Parts: sequence; structure tokens; C-alpha cells
Amino acid sequence: MADTLKVNPIDCTGHGVCAELLPELISLDEWGYPIVDPRPVPPVLDREARRAVAACPALALKLMRTEEPARSA
Amino acid sequence: MTTTVNESAPGGAARQAAGLPRLLPASPEDLRGHLARYGATPYRGRTGVLIGDIEASGLTGRGGAAFPVYRKMAIVARSRAGRKVIVANGSESEPASRKDELLLRIAPNLVLDGLQLAAEAVGATEAHLYLHYGPTGEILRALAERASRGLDGIGVTITQAPPRFLAGQETALVNRLGGGPALPTFQPPRVSERGLGGAPTLVQNVETLAHLALIARYGPRWFRAAGTDAEPGSMLTTVYRPDGKCRVVEAEIGAPLRTLLSSGAETAAWLVGGYHGTWLPMPQAVGLTLANDTLKRFEASVGAGVLVALPADRCGLTEAARVTGYLAAESAGQCGPCLNGLPRIAAGLAELAGSGHRRQTRADVERWAGLVTGRGACNHPDGTVRFVRSALTVFSSEISLHARGQCSATNRKPFLPLPDGMPTSEDDWT
Repeated sequence: MADTLKVNPIDCTGHGVCAELLPELISLDEWGYPIVDPRPVPPVLDREARRAVAACPALALKLMRTEEPARSA
Repeated sequence: MTTTVNESAPGGAARQAAGLPRLLPASPEDLRGHLARYGATPYRGRTGVLIGDIEASGLTGRGGAAFPVYRKMAIVARSRAGRKVIVANGSESEPASRKDELLLRIAPNLVLDGLQLAAEAVGATEAHLYLHYGPTGEILRALAERASRGLDGIGVTITQAPPRFLAGQETALVNRLGGGPALPTFQPPRVSERGLGGAPTLVQNVETLAHLALIARYGPRWFRAAGTDAEPGSMLTTVYRPDGKCRVVEAEIGAPLRTLLSSGAETAAWLVGGYHGTWLPMPQAVGLTLANDTLKRFEASVGAGVLVALPADRCGLTEAARVTGYLAAESAGQCGPCLNGLPRIAAGLAELAGSGHRRQTRADVERWAGLVTGRGACNHPDGTVRFVRSALTVFSSEISLHARGQCSATNRKPFLPLPDGMPTSEDDWT
């Protein structure tokens, strides 16, 4: 049941909490916005991933079971 | 300013053999002329029936994304929602594109036929026409004539799009029709599942609907007599040749690009697919055809059909920098990477297009391009980066010239069209 981390880029305000809690999968770009590892979250990081999702002040970080989210055409 | 010329009629022997032109009569056609040429709107009598023909035809969206039309139709058709919406998208927010405007002016009834037929096919209860300009006399007259003769299954509401690059993007369109600003939102859900006011919403470009109206009459085999197996049919293109005139040409998909654009010594480079498109080098690109299948080798696509042959007396780097400045200003400013990255990319490109530049500027632009890719709610950062990266490659020797304070251009007059006034406030989104 591999979940993948996704950021809603409109909601994200670049707090950076996610990268602090989950540096294994999330880094920040030079403007402070998260760059998220597109691969499924490995089981050993499952708990940390859920913590990062819960800690996002903008509620912009999600764990998704689906494949790619549809991007606007 | 450029003038738009309809070059789709009458056409040469090869075009006639392929049944072209299909969409554009030589002069504007009123309802009487339309009915004499095509007969009555071929309603199917119930929901769903037409979708099989559309699937068999291979019709894809002509607004730029080339998404299979039947798939969006099928999603809306199978929804059991009490309210379903259809939108004919004529926002044509790409500043270099003029084909939808011309189509709506000279064949409005074909678009409106397509809107009604698609509405019937998906069971739409509400129909909209979303326009870049205010409604023209032709559109208003066509709607009035159709209403007075009871030809339309459902009424059509017209909404004007704000003059912004992203205004025609599906989610921005839905926001605008809902009374809000024309700003994109993050998907999913797709608008075909949950769009205007939560209703399943079918959004199709106006040219797509005109093709659909013809497929409903003549069938998928007729449609496939033009184009390639993988990309059937014809498409409207907006063509700029070195003479500076803007022409709308209905072309068979798969047509050699050199038959649409000039390729001789008067041509510096081609731009295919508009301002989210790709610069192509001459003469390497000269054998390419108007088909995504061949263009993808150059990471290009036909987009909404904007084709440019940049004259040899202009500087492509300067042109690209000017357009990139526009694209950066057109960011909706909602997503951090796009909001921060695009203005930096534009400033970097402007520096490269100036006289002399800092050693690290080109590498900076390339790094920022990588940083914004895939990180927007809509495709604006990705499209902008495609345009910028191809410019860096194709105009590489021009960058070296500018580094030494030189420029190959002998004509400084801007070539690629941009809207007159840049947006200045958030109010411009409505």
C-alpha cells in the first residue's frame, strides 16, 4: 500500500516544516518551497511521513494512494 | 499590427483531395448558408449515442492539449448528476493565436451545432460560450437566428474571458464562469468529474466542437480521410511568415511544416506551438511535419497551432526574452516556484539578450528552469520552461554574440505579437 507524498502548490506557503521533519524525502528549493521525492514512501518512513503531513500549517502536504494527480491541460 | 487572412479556401489539389477546407468557408456564413451547405443539426435523440463515433474518429482537443475528446465526453455522460455543464472554450488566450476568433466569425453555426450535439451526447443541462472578445455580431446573430427557429436543444450563456494568458485553462475557466477570478486550481478532481458549481463539466475548444459537428454528419471514416492514423483530421493553424502577416490556415495533420512556413535564407528559426511551444533550429527542423508524433523528437508539439517563421533579420534571443517577460508577468502567482522562478528566468534571459552578461547567468537560468518544472498547479511553469530551454539551445550562438556586445539583428522591430497592455493588478483576472 505504497503512498506518495504530494504538495498542493497553491496551498503551500513555504513554511518548511515538512523538510525539517522528513529530510529523507523532502528538501527545500532556494525560495524555501518543498521539493518532494516522487517515489512511493518506503515503509520505514511511513510514520515520519504522516507526522510531516499532520504538521503542515497550510495543510498542503498530502499522502496519496493514487498515481499522478491530473494536471491542468 | 498584423492582419488575419483566411487562407483555407480554396487550396491546392492535395488539399482538395483531403477534403480541405472543412471548417472555414471563404466568407462568413449565416444560418441560411450554413443550412444550405450542411443541412439541419443531426441530433441523435438521446444521450451517449454520438460518443462512439467521436471515439472512432480519433478527434482530439484543438485547444492545445490534444486530449482524446471522447474520454472527457464519456466521463460527463456516465455521471448521474442532475446538473451537467458544457462549455465551448473560445478564450484563445494565447496572444499569437487567431484561429478561434476567425472560426467564430465566419462559421459560428458550425461551432454552435457542435456545442448542441456534444450537449445532447453528454446530457448537459447548461451550455456556455467563453469568449476572448465580447461576442461579435456574427455570434449574436447566429444565436438569435437559431433561437427563433427553435434549432437549439438548450440555451447558451456567453461569458467574456479576461485578457490573461491562463484565462482559458480549464480550471481557470470554471472559476470565471462561477463568478470568481480566472485563476487555475489544483487538480484532481478533473472538471469533467466536478467542475462548475460541482457539476460535471465538459470543456471543449470551439474548433474541436466544429470538427465534432462535421463528424456527426459525415462519420469517423470521412474524418480520418485527412491526417495521419495516429492523429486524424485537420487543424486550424495561425501562421506567421517573415512577411509579418498573420494567416489562419486549415492544414492536414501530418502536412510538411515547410509547406506552411518559409524555410529559406529569409528564416532564422521556427517556433511551433506558441508561447508554451518550442523553438526549432533551421535547417535541422525543415523535414518535420505538423504532427505531435514527429515533433516529439524535438520535445515539441503542435499545441493550439501557432506556427512562426522568424525572419532572418530579427534576433531570436531578443524575441524570446521579450515573450518570456510576458509569460512571467502572466504567472497567476499562486504557486511558490512559479511566482519566484519565472521572474528570475525572465530577468536572466533579458540579461543574456542584452549586451554583455555575468558569467553565471546562463547556468542560473537553466537551474531555475529545472526548479520550476512540474511544480505548478497548472502547466504554466512547464510550458514557459519548454519555450525558454529551446531558445537557449537554438539561439546559443546569439548568446555568445551578445556576450561580446554584438547582435545579429538588422531589424529591431518586435516580431512576435504580445497584448498591448500588461496586466497591472489582480482585478485583471476577472
